[in-house]
Amino acid sequence: MLDTTPAALHTDAPPLLQTVGLTKRYGSFLANDFIDIEIWPQQIHALLGENGAGKSTLVKAIYGLIQPSEGEMRWHGEKMVLSGPSEARARGIGMVFQHFSLFDNLTVAENVALGLDGRESFKDIAARLEQVSSLYGLPLDPKREVWQLSVGERQRIEIVRALMQNPKFLILDEPTAVLTPQEADQLFIVLNRLKDEGRAILYISHKLEEVKRLCDTATILRGGKKVATCNPKAETAASLARMMVGGEIKEVKAAASRQITVPRLVVNDLCLEPDDPHGVRLQHISFELRGGEILGIAGVAGNGQDELFAALSGERLSQDPGTVVIEGIAAGHLSITRRRRLGAAFVPEERLGHGTAPRMRLSENALLTGHAAGNMVQHGFVNTAATLKTVDRATEAFDVRKAKRDPEAASLSGGNLQKFIVGREILRNPAVLVVSQPTWGVDAGAAAVIRQALLDLATAGAAVLVTSQDLDELSEITDRIAVMFHGKLSDPLPTAEASREKLGLLMGGSSLDPKEAVRAAGA
Amino acid sequence: MQLVLEKRAERSNTIALISPLIAIGLTIVTMIILFAILGKNPFAALVVYFIEPLTDSYTLQEIAVKAAPLVMIAIGLSLCYLANAWNIGAEGQFLIGAVAGSWLAVKTQGTEAGHWVFPAMLLLGAIAGALYALIPAICKVRFGASEILTSLMLVYVAELFLDYLVRGPWRDPNGFNFPTTAEFDPVATVPLLVEGGRLHLGTIIALVVVAAGAVLLGKTIKGFEIRVVGAAPRAARFGGFNSNQLILLTFAISGALAGLAGIIEVAGPVGHLQPNISPGYGFTAIIVAFLGRLNPIGILIAGLFLALTFIGGEQAQIAMKIPLDVTKVFQGILLFYVLACDSLILYRFRLVSSSRQQVARGAH
Repeated sequence: MLDTTPAALHTDAPPLLQTVGLTKRYGSFLANDFIDIEIWPQQIHALLGENGAGKSTLVKAIYGLIQPSEGEMRWHGEKMVLSGPSEARARGIGMVFQHFSLFDNLTVAENVALGLDGRESFKDIAARLEQVSSLYGLPLDPKREVWQLSVGERQRIEIVRALMQNPKFLILDEPTAVLTPQEADQLFIVLNRLKDEGRAILYISHKLEEVKRLCDTATILRGGKKVATCNPKAETAASLARMMVGGEIKEVKAAASRQITVPRLVVNDLCLEPDDPHGVRLQHISFELRGGEILGIAGVAGNGQDELFAALSGERLSQDPGTVVIEGIAAGHLSITRRRRLGAAFVPEERLGHGTAPRMRLSENALLTGHAAGNMVQHGFVNTAATLKTVDRATEAFDVRKAKRDPEAASLSGGNLQKFIVGREILRNPAVLVVSQPTWGVDAGAAAVIRQALLDLATAGAAVLVTSQDLDELSEITDRIAVMFHGKLSDPLPTAEASREKLGLLMGGSSLDPKEAVRAAGA
Repeated sequence: MQLVLEKRAERSNTIALISPLIAIGLTIVTMIILFAILGKNPFAALVVYFIEPLTDSYTLQEIAVKAAPLVMIAIGLSLCYLANAWNIGAEGQFLIGAVAGSWLAVKTQGTEAGHWVFPAMLLLGAIAGALYALIPAICKVRFGASEILTSLMLVYVAELFLDYLVRGPWRDPNGFNFPTTAEFDPVATVPLLVEGGRLHLGTIIALVVVAAGAVLLGKTIKGFEIRVVGAAPRAARFGGFNSNQLILLTFAISGALAGLAGIIEVAGPVGHLQPNISPGYGFTAIIVAFLGRLNPIGILIAGLFLALTFIGGEQAQIAMKIPLDVTKVFQGILLFYVLACDSLILYRFRLVSSSRQQVARGAH
C-alpha cells in the first residue's frame, strides 16, 4: 500500500515531498526565506530551530494553512498547490498540532468524527477508532468526554485522528512538550513503528537529545533561513545548538555556595476549589521555601500549576490567611498588591495579556506591578520619570533589545519581553519570587540570561519558586524539585536525586514510596 | 490586482489621528448624495450646515452652549468605554440629573432663598445622575446583567418619570396647562458670562471637566487602572486592580457628569423643566466620545463639531426646509464611519498582485 523502499535506494525516485525556494513574506518580514527541504518515506525528519526561526510557517505552508509567497512544493515530484488543509489531508498529509483543537464537552469519538472529512457513519468511525488505537498501542475510550482526559490522552486523540486518515506523511509540532518522560518514550515507539510502515514523519522540536535519539535527518532553521541539513545522530547536542543559535550559548553558572536562611514562603495545607468547572482543585499543598533556595515544581500542564500560581500571587484569595505565609506574615487573604508590599514578586506564564498589557508601553507595564511599592506613585499621581527609569534599568541589566526607548509590549520578541518582565520584578529586590514557565517559547540566549538571573537572585538571599514543564531547566537551576499531579504536590526531592525516571513516575501520578504504591494498587 | 486587509505589526498613531477626519470626509460625501436624493442643492445645504453657523457671533456662542453638555457627558462616557463598561444610558442620567436639580428650584420658588440654590442644584444633579448610573453598574457587578441593556432601558424610565412630574405635581399652575414647571428664579439659573450673550457658566465647567479628564487619564494611577482594565483585564487583575470597583467608579463619574450637564441645561438655556429638554445629548455624546478617540482633547473638538451639526441642522430646516431628522441621520452615519475607519488603526489595505491567485485558481 505504501512505498516502503528504504531511503537509501531513493536515488531515482523523487522525494515524497519537496519544497523549492519556499518563501513566505509578512509585509516586509521574511518568515521563510528560500527554503529547500526534502522529505523521504520511512524517515523521521527533525525540524529544529528557535522560536521565530520559521518552523511553524514552513509546516503551515506544507499543510495548506497558508499560501507561500514564492517558491513551490512538490509531491512525488509533481508541483502541488494547496488551497487548504483538507486538500493536504486528501493527499495523505496529516498534522498533530501543539495546541489541541478538541471540544471539552464532547466524547473522544465525537471529536474524531468532527475532524474527519469523509462521509463515514458515526458507528463506523467509532469502530475504526478503537481498531486504530489498539493497533498502535494508543489506548482510548471512545465514549469518554475530553475534559476528563489527561493532556497525554488528549494528544493521543489527535494522533489517532491523524492516523485514521492513513497518512503517508505525518507532521508533529512539539509533541513531547506536554508529556512525561515515560509518555514520551511510548510516543517514540509509536513513531518508530509508523516509520517502519514506510510513512514519513516531520518532527518539530527544540529538545536536542530527543532529536538525536529519534530522528534520521534534521533540518535546522534560523531567522527564516535553512542553516543546514544533517544527520543528528552524527552531531552532538552542543553542535546542534550552535547551528540553531548561530553562536555559543552562555553557560549558566551557579554560585559556589549559597546560604540557606530563614523560611520566606511557607504554604500550609492549601486547598482551593477551582472557579472554572474544568479547573483543578488544589488539595492539601504544603511546602517551605527558604531564602537562598530555588524550589522547582515539575508536572504536566493542567495539573493545577495555574491554580497554584493564582493562589500564591493572590489573584485568588484563600479563606484561611495561614495557608500562604510570606516573610512570616499570614497572607492567604491578602490581595496581590499587599503581597507585593510584603516583598513577593510574581512572573506568570503568559507574557502578553497576563504579565503585560500588550498594547501598552513598557513604562506603563512597569507601573502595572511597580505601583505597589517604591516611588512610582505619589499622592495618586504617576511619576513617569520613575517608570521610564525602571524600563531603562531593566533594559540595561537584562539586555532587552527593542526598537525605541519605550515601545508597546506586544512589539517585543518573546525572549526580550520575558527578559523585561523578569527584570521588572527582580529590580524590585523581591524576598520571594514566584515564576511560572520562565523560559517558555524564549530563544536560547534569553533563556540563559533569565536562568542566570534566577540563580543570582537566590544567591542574593531571595527564595525562588520555579514552575516549569522543562525538566532540563529545573535540573539546571533548582535545589529541590516537587511534582504536581491532579492538584496535589509531592514531597520535594533534592535535585541531585531527582532522575528523569523518578520525576516521570511522579508526573504520571505514581508514588515513589513502594509501600504506598502497593496500597494504591490494592485499593 | 486585489485589495487585502492586512494586520499591522504595531498600531498606527498617524491613522489614529486622521481616522476621524477620514470618517467626516466620507460622511460628507454620503450627505451630498442624500441631499441630492432629497432634491436639494447639496453644496448650498453643506454651506448652510457647516459654514454659515461659523460666520455669526450668536451662532458661534450657540455652538459652544450646545457643545458644553455633549463634551461633559462624553468625557464621562469615555472613562466607561476605556474600562470596557458600556454605559449607553447617559440620556437617562442627564434627565434624572435635571429632575433632581429642578426639585430644589421648584421647592424654593418664590422664597427668599439665597445664592446657595444654584450650587446646591448642581450638586443634586450630579449625585442623582451618579446614583441612577449605579443601578446598571451594580446589576452588572452583582448579577452579571448586561449594562448595555439595563442602562438603555433606564433612559425610558427617566423620560416617563420626567413626563409625569411636569404633567402632574410640578406643573406650573399659571402655565395654561402646558406640561412645564414655572420659570426658575434668578438664583436658580445658570449665570451668563456676558450680559445679553449666550455663553454661560456651563461652558466653563465643560472646559474644567475636559482638563480634569485629561489629568485623570494621563497622570494618575486611577486613570491607568481604568485603561488597563479595559485593554487587558487579566493583566489588570495581575496588577492588583479590581475591575468591579472600576466599573462602579466609571459609571458613577459618567452618571454624575451627565446629571450635571442635565441640570445646567435646564437651569440655563431652557430655564424651566419640560418634557423635551434634550435633543438627544446623551446619545449624541456616544458619537462625540468615539469621534474624539476617547481622548479628552479629542472629545472637546468632536463636541464642538457635533454641536455645529445641531445648529446647522436647525438652520437648514429654516432656510432650506430640510427635515431636522437629517441631522440624526448625519450623526448616525458619522458614528458608522468612525467605527469603520478605526479598523485602519490596526489593519491596512494592501494591493496584492493577482498572478499567484490565478495560479491557485488554475490548480482546481
